[in-house]
Amino acid sequence: MMIPELTGHFRPARPPRMMRSAKSRRQGGAKGFAIRGLGAAMLMASLGACINVSAPDEPIVIELNINIRQEVIYRLAEDAANTIDENAEIF
Amino acid sequence: MRQAGRWARMGFAALAAGLIVIAPASAQRDPAYAAARAAGKVGERVDGYLGIVGEATPALQRIVDDINIKRRAVYTRKAQENNATLEQYAVTAGCQAILRTEPGEMYQTPSGAWKERDQSPPERDPRCPG
Repeated sequence: MMIPELTGHFRPARPPRMMRSAKSRRQGGAKGFAIRGLGAAMLMASLGACINVSAPDEPIVIELNINIRQEVIYRLAEDAANTIDENAEIF
Repeated sequence: MRQAGRWARMGFAALAAGLIVIAPASAQRDPAYAAARAAGKVGERVDGYLGIVGEATPALQRIVDDINIKRRAVYTRKAQENNATLEQYAVTAGCQAILRTEPGEMYQTPSGAWKERDQSPPERDPRCPG
């Protein structure tokens, strides 16, 4: 003899997404957005890491050095010229 | 009185002789260095130091090391005075030293190759000021 009984644990019935109330839609939407945002941020972070790893960072560093150095070289040029004049025996 | 005048004249003469002897020694290149430079055996490197162009001999190495040790000392002092690093000051001096090479002397191009200076301006790093 079988007694009909609810044995399985099912999730409570929920209206389909489009039929939910505006309030629940808003909540779900905000949460969904937050999750999507987090996912996007993680994706961007991983993409950023990918770019850093895949592209050689050497050229970037060199370019920076060039910019810094040219400025410095221009600042030191006159002094260096005088130094060579004053120490002509070693130049 | 006449005696004092004579001593003064002798003093001046000694002083003048001293200046003549000392001044060229401190302002002119050592003959061995000058000869190696003119022969293109040594040249100006882009980093502000002297380099051996062809085959290194012990004599050339001695000349180059001696010059470079002295240059480094000067660069270190001047870099400190100008709040710059040794490397920055040395490279700046290198720009100037290459510009001052005379036709027939050797210098290093930005690619690292040695080149004989001719009448045209030397090939220098684009960062070097005109």
